[in-house]
This record gives sequence, C-alpha cells and structure tokens, in this order.
Amino acid sequence: MNFHLILFLAFGAVCVGGAVNLLAQRHPINSALSLIAVMAALAGEYLLLGAEFVAAVQVIVYAGAIMVLFVFVIMLLNAGEEEETKGSRVAILFGVPGMLIASVLMAWVVLRHSGTEAVAIGALPGNPTDLAQLLFHDFLLPFEVTSVLILIAIMGAVVLASKPDSTAGKVE
Amino acid sequence: MRSRPLRSRLTDLISTLGEEATALPIGIFILVSVIKSAIILFVLLTAVAYTVWLERKVVGRMQNRWGPTRVGPFGLLQPAADGIKFLFKEDLTPPHVYKPLFLAAPLIAVIFALTSISVIPFGNSIRLFGYDIPLQITDVNIGLLLILGVTSMGVYGVALAGWSSNNKYSLLGGLRASAQMVSYEIALGLSLVGVLIQSSSFSLRAIVDAQGGRFLGFIPRWNIFHGQFIGFFIYLMAAYAETNRIPFDLPEAETELVAGYHTEYSAMKFAMFFMAEYANMVTVACLATLLFFGGWHGPVFGPPLLQAVLPVFWFVAKVFCFLFLYIWVRGTLPRFRYDQLMDFGWKFLLPLAIANLVATAIAVAW
Amino acid sequence: MVPLSYYLLLSGFLFACGVVGFLIKRNIITIFMSIELMLNGVNLSFVAFAAHWHALAGQVFVFFVMVVAAAEAAVGLAIIISVYRTRETLNVDQVNLLKL
Repeated sequence: MNFHLILFLAFGAVCVGGAVNLLAQRHPINSALSLIAVMAALAGEYLLLGAEFVAAVQVIVYAGAIMVLFVFVIMLLNAGEEEETKGSRVAILFGVPGMLIASVLMAWVVLRHSGTEAVAIGALPGNPTDLAQLLFHDFLLPFEVTSVLILIAIMGAVVLASKPDSTAGKVE
Repeated sequence: MRSRPLRSRLTDLISTLGEEATALPIGIFILVSVIKSAIILFVLLTAVAYTVWLERKVVGRMQNRWGPTRVGPFGLLQPAADGIKFLFKEDLTPPHVYKPLFLAAPLIAVIFALTSISVIPFGNSIRLFGYDIPLQITDVNIGLLLILGVTSMGVYGVALAGWSSNNKYSLLGGLRASAQMVSYEIALGLSLVGVLIQSSSFSLRAIVDAQGGRFLGFIPRWNIFHGQFIGFFIYLMAAYAETNRIPFDLPEAETELVAGYHTEYSAMKFAMFFMAEYANMVTVACLATLLFFGGWHGPVFGPPLLQAVLPVFWFVAKVFCFLFLYIWVRGTLPRFRYDQLMDFGWKFLLPLAIANLVATAIAVAW
Repeated sequence: MVPLSYYLLLSGFLFACGVVGFLIKRNIITIFMSIELMLNGVNLSFVAFAAHWHALAGQVFVFFVMVVAAAEAAVGLAIIISVYRTRETLNVDQVNLLKL
C-alpha cells in the first residue's frame, strides 16, 4: 500500500458509493446529492493525476453550476419520489443484469489489454499556463465553436422554458 | 524502514498540492500547518463574532440608537453572551421536515464558508526558527479558482435548507437564493478575469506580488488604480448578492418571507447559518483586498518588529474597511425587487463585465 | 503509484452505473443525472489517459465535454420544465403520447 493508492481508493470509494446510491435512492434530490459527491470525489482523482485546473473547473462547473441547476429544477417542480410502473420493473429486469455483464466484460478487457505501468502523482502537471497554450492555440477553432454551441443552448433554454405568452401564439 | 519512502512520497504529494513543502521538512510542515489552521480558524471565528457586534453597533448609531451596551464595556462581550444563548436554546426540529437534509444543510453552509479562508494569504512569509513560514494555510497555484469553487458549493446549504424545511417561505427563500447566487456568480467570475489577465496567475500570493510598487512615486500600483475600477465595481455588486446582503438579501427578506430559508431553524443550527453568512462576508472582503487593493502592501517603516507586523496590519485594516462598507450599505439602501435583481445581474452587470474583460484584454495585448 | 487500469476500471464502473440508471430510472430528472454520470466517467478516463501518455490534450477534451454537458443541462432542464408544464408529470412512462 502506498500513499497514492490509499488516496485513490478513498476517492474511488466515494465515487462508487455515490454512483450506487444514485441508483438506489428513489427521491431525485437524494440522487442529485449523491451525484454531487461523485463529482467532488472525481475532482480529488483529477488532483491525484496532476490535473489541478481540471479539478477546479470540475468543482466550479459541474458541482457548483450544473448540479445547482438540477437541484433548482427539482425544487421548482417539487419532484416527489418516483413511483413503480410496469416500465420500471421491466427496466430493472433487463437493466441490472445487463449492467453487470457489461461491467464484467469491460473490466476483463481493461485488465487484459492495458499494461500495469503505474501513473505517478503529478506525472503530468496540468497547470493553467500549459493548458491555456493548448486551448487557445492548438484547439482554437474547437474552442470558438463551443462558444457558438453555448449561445445556441442559451437561446434554446430561454425559448423552451419561457412561458408561452399570448403574443407568440399558443401551442396546440 | 517503511517510514522513509512513505515520507518522501508524502512530500511529493504535498509538493503537488502546495508549493511550500520544499522549504520545510515534512514533520515540521504538518505541525506548522496544523498550528496555522487552528490560529486562522480562531481568528476567523472571532472576526465573525465581532463583525456581528460591529454591525449592531454601527447600524444602531446610524439609526440613532446605542446598539449593545449592557454586556461588558461598549457591549464588547455581547458576542460571547450570544454564543452562550445559542448553545443553551432549545434545538427544535419541526416534525414535517425532511430530517437528513434539514440537519445537513447548516453544516454544508458553515463548512464551505470556513473552508474558503484556507488559501487566503495574510502577509509575506515570516522567519521563525530558521524556516520561512508563509502567512497562509496553503498556497496552491489555483487558489482563486479554489475559492470560487468552494463558494459555489455553499449554495447547497441555503438551497437544501429551504427545500428540506417543507415550508413555503423557506422554499421560496431557497429558490431565490439558488437562482440569485448562480446568476451573480457569472458576473463575479468575469469581473475577476481582468485582474487575472493583468497578473497572469491564479495564485493569490502572485496576484498580490504583482501589485507592489507605485505609479509616479505616490499612487500605489493596486489593481483598482491600474484599470480595474469597473472590475472592482462589478465585483462589489456581485459580492453583495453572493453573500445575500442588503440590497440583495431577498432570500431572507423578512418583510415577505418571515426569515427565508432559515425560518424553521433555531439555536445552534441557526447560528451556523449566521456564522456562514458572516464568514462569507469576511472571505469576500479578504478577496477584494487581495485582488483590487494590493493585499498587504502599504507603507512599511520603523524597527524590524514593526516592519514584520505592518503588512498584516495593512491587510486587516483594508478588510475592516470593506466590512464597514458592508454595514454602511446595510444601514443605507433599501431592498431590490426580485425582477430588478435579475435584470440588474443579467442585463447590466454581465454585459459590463464582458466589456471590462474585452477592454482589459485589448489594453494588455497592446 | 496506481496502475492506469484502476482508473479505467473506476471510469468504466461510473459509466456502467450511468447506463443502468438511464435504463431503470423512471424520473426524467434522474435519467438526466445518469447521463451526467456517464459523461463524468468518460472524463476520468480522458484525464487518466492524458497522464498516462503525457499528452495534455486529454485534459483539453475534458473541457469540451464539460461545455457540452453544461449546454445539454441547460437545454435539457428547459425541456423538462416545459414537459412538466404541459403534462404535469415527471414520469417518462406517462410522457408517451405524441399529442396532448
């Protein structure tokens, strides 16, 4: 046992527990909170991998903005516990065994085909300066395209979520 | 035999997380960190308690009252009396609440409010027993992002408190708080980018170091005199909204929502929200000092001991000015209406922040 | 020192949990959260591979995934709100008619 492995296992345990809890909980707000725990623990894993800027952005964007939106919508719509339906029973019948098979298959492939060479802590310093060089130089075009994507998303969200008023004509 | 490699790995680990481990042996580093954390936590909590006292006193004077006078000289022991009162009050948990989150919400609020102080530097490093000890718990080179991340997590305390109380006033307060904080976080983040461009670092220490020196021999080279006046204005407005203070205190607007998200809370749980709010105020004031007002830079003179203490004194003095400004605004301004709040955030502050960012970028590139 | 395969296993497990949540959950918001979980699993493997191959580009891809996730969350939640406004339910089994 070395220190890196202990930290990896600690953060990994939070991730696994949170992901399983997301599936087990019936109330959406509990699922949302477990997802927040998963995201925070993933930020820890990113720190172990030396990706400190990604870790910070993970906390700010995912845990601090996207999940706040989820919690906000759950509160706004006053979402209750989900009820059992015919669809959910069928889904559990096929979904859980399917996931088990898929995970075992994936684990087998990963363990078989990837080497055992270790990744050291901070093997790749993901400091903001180097990342910025890459993001604003080599990946400039994709970066600019994402801004268009965000603009479209904002407009789409505003159009969809705004109340249909009398001037726009009612949707039949 | 085992301890040596573990120790060196620990040093490796800590040197990736903070940059000061190289100067200190690992044992002393841990000892120093624990002592620093304890001292800073103590100072912060005391500052929180006395900010409450200051607020009651100053607002009282502004409203032609005396404020607290009974406990101790000038009411100086009032915070202690309040603390004892909070401890011994009955801790009610209403029967209709969703208990796990109702209990967790104040903890979330106070933990994230206290965490963000950990990367704030209070002064240059001091020399003790032959080691250079920076006056800061840890200097990470993404310090500013860490504070932004931690404060953005603080929203959950308020939102979950409102939701789990199962009370319409609390729910409205929680909804307002989460919408308001998410909206103003964008303007807050963008207002800081101008400073980041000028100092080209996320480390708070590097940002302060970039503000040393003077223009024309007498104007300090602080960011606010260095083209970031509008950035400071946006930051100030957004910071009031982020900390739910007047004129943006709609989440707890007592005339409409009883007490907003903490309507159902009593005793220590209520005190935790109270502490979280004032700790956030202190953090925001520290951040304003560091980013726009040159941190601990100020005239340093006199004998060596005085020279060591003066930077910390300047830092504390600037933070105090901000806290006073907070209280002054509270005693002066009325509350916004909710639609005005949203319009102000999205249609005024956000475009202004983007314009400031573009202008700074052009100025720096040119 | 942690082998790369451990990171990949964790990432695969998160992705599988996301898939199964997408399948078994009936609440439209939770289904949406499962999608976010899948994206997070993918992000972990991006960062792990970036550290493994010493290629910082892997971390840049994480940003693009985050941008897409943010855009998706905004539009998706707006859709959820408008669905709730017309159907007054969040259960996907009851949102199966093409017309009102």
